[in-house]
Amino acid sequence: MTGRKRHAFSTRLWHWINLVCVVILFMSGLNISNAHPYLYWGDYGFRPAEAWLSVPRFPGWATIPDFYSLAQARDWHVLFAWPMALILLFIWVAMLANGHFWQDIRTRRREWQVSEVVRDIKAHLRLDFHHGAGKYNFLQKLTYGLVFGIILPGMVFTGMAMSPGLEPSFTWAIELMGGRQSARSLHFILAWTLFAFFVVHVLLVILSGPVWQLRAMITGRNPKAATPAGEA
Amino acid sequence: MANVKRRGFLAAMGASFLAGCTKIGQTEAGQAAFDASESWHRIVHRFLGNGRLVKEYDASAISPTFRGNGTIDPDNAAYRAAAAAGFADWRLEVAGLVERPLSLSMDDIRALPQRSQITRHDCVEGWSAIGQWTGPQLSLILDEARLAPEARFIVFRCADNLNGDDYYESCDLDDAYHPQTIVAHQLNEEPLPIKNGAPLRMRIERQLGYKHAKYLTAIEAVASLDDIGKGKGGYWEDRSGYHWYAGI
Ligand code: HEM
Ligand code: HEM
Repeated sequence: MTGRKRHAFSTRLWHWINLVCVVILFMSGLNISNAHPYLYWGDYGFRPAEAWLSVPRFPGWATIPDFYSLAQARDWHVLFAWPMALILLFIWVAMLANGHFWQDIRTRRREWQVSEVVRDIKAHLRLDFHHGAGKYNFLQKLTYGLVFGIILPGMVFTGMAMSPGLEPSFTWAIELMGGRQSARSLHFILAWTLFAFFVVHVLLVILSGPVWQLRAMITGRNPKAATPAGEA
Repeated sequence: MANVKRRGFLAAMGASFLAGCTKIGQTEAGQAAFDASESWHRIVHRFLGNGRLVKEYDASAISPTFRGNGTIDPDNAAYRAAAAAGFADWRLEVAGLVERPLSLSMDDIRALPQRSQITRHDCVEGWSAIGQWTGPQLSLILDEARLAPEARFIVFRCADNLNGDDYYESCDLDDAYHPQTIVAHQLNEEPLPIKNGAPLRMRIERQLGYKHAKYLTAIEAVASLDDIGKGKGGYWEDRSGYHWYAGI
């Protein structure tokens, strides 16, 4: 690995553009949520008494714009939906083509053995981030795989399923999700799942050496070339 | 100490990011980006949908009630009087860029071929309701009035006045001629309740609820929306900056 870039240019490009998009989508989404903070299952739903979840009101410091405006929040949300969805498509094509997906993200059957997984979790809890020859350990592969494969595409699909203008060409997807209000609930749940990932992800980057990690994700520089092996 | 500083720094970063976003959103370039995104959504939706219909549900899917929102009881003498008279003398004017302006009575509207559809209504706020709507297709009325070739938009005039401005809405000809765009006079096989737009309202099924103008008094064909209201094509578009293409 020494000498090779730690992260491909396509991965780095995707990572930072996606970060900007996701932050804006999440915060404008919280503003949208304030318009009718009740979530339902099924096709319809408008009576708070029938909601499965009554969502708390999100304060201005957590939303875009920083005051309640459904119109402006929707402007931001539907604008940043474009780059987020397109760059996701791009990274999938790039990952499949340059082998990153097959080599670093895909998990193998033997990695799913309970003893292996437990060992991995224990190592993480000890803040021991060594993981042999592979780029990512099992837990990283699994979470990154879920982010790329389920959460981010899920955000796009459930988001599209809420648009009445897409309904004629997307009826099957709305039915698959159990109706428009179910799609909206799933969109909300996925948004918070992504937020949970975000918190843990950033925490682990900080704990495992934020300086080289960030440098590697920005310039692609492989730390194994310069730092003692223990740190990588 | 260092921690407190760092936290202060992060909070300041966060606050300036937010203030920055809010500002950028209000610049001309920001607005141009929002407008471009709105029209790309419309282009993609039209390309993929290609004139197809939105889902029509079975009667069993109808929601137990149908929420009324926005104006739910127009507060003006003329409307009150019309309501007291059971809307017997209500008229729908068809005017603007048409060769044959019309003035239709409720009986005229009921005498046209009717379409009945059980569809889902999606409000911009996020909720949805399902109801059965009945009335003539807008395309029949426009064909009878013979649209002039310059006409590009259809404007819907309403009897309600909200916060001091008359409610109105508009759509392009693609939506005006869509088979599910109807002038509804019935909800769930009963005359429209007042909260849902009695006696006439639009159904423009591929767009959000605020496009479905209630308390309809006139339909006007125009070449441009610039001189109508404040020029953005609808009450909420003018007042709060909602999307004119509300299919998103
Ligand atoms: C291409 C991607 C996306 C599309 C097309 C999309 C679309 C939408 C739409 C149409 C709504 C309005 C729902 C309503 O009427 O209430 C919405 C709400 C929301 N979005 Fe997204 N979205 C996308 C990505 C995201 C992402 C990545 C996040 C967060 C990380 C997010 C978070 C939210 C939240 C929190 C709401 C408010 C939920 C509610 O109460 O309705 N969205 N989104
Ligand atoms: C301030 C925020 C963030 C920072 C500092 C950050 C930093 C990093 C770093 C340093 C790596 C490389 C990890 C390694 O090589 O072991 C990484 C990878 C990754 N990050 Fe982030 N990240 C942030 C936000 C996000 C967000 C919001 C998402 C997704 C929604 C995300 C998704 C990913 C994924 C999927 C990878 C794996 C990339 C690959 O190898 O294909 N990150 N991040």
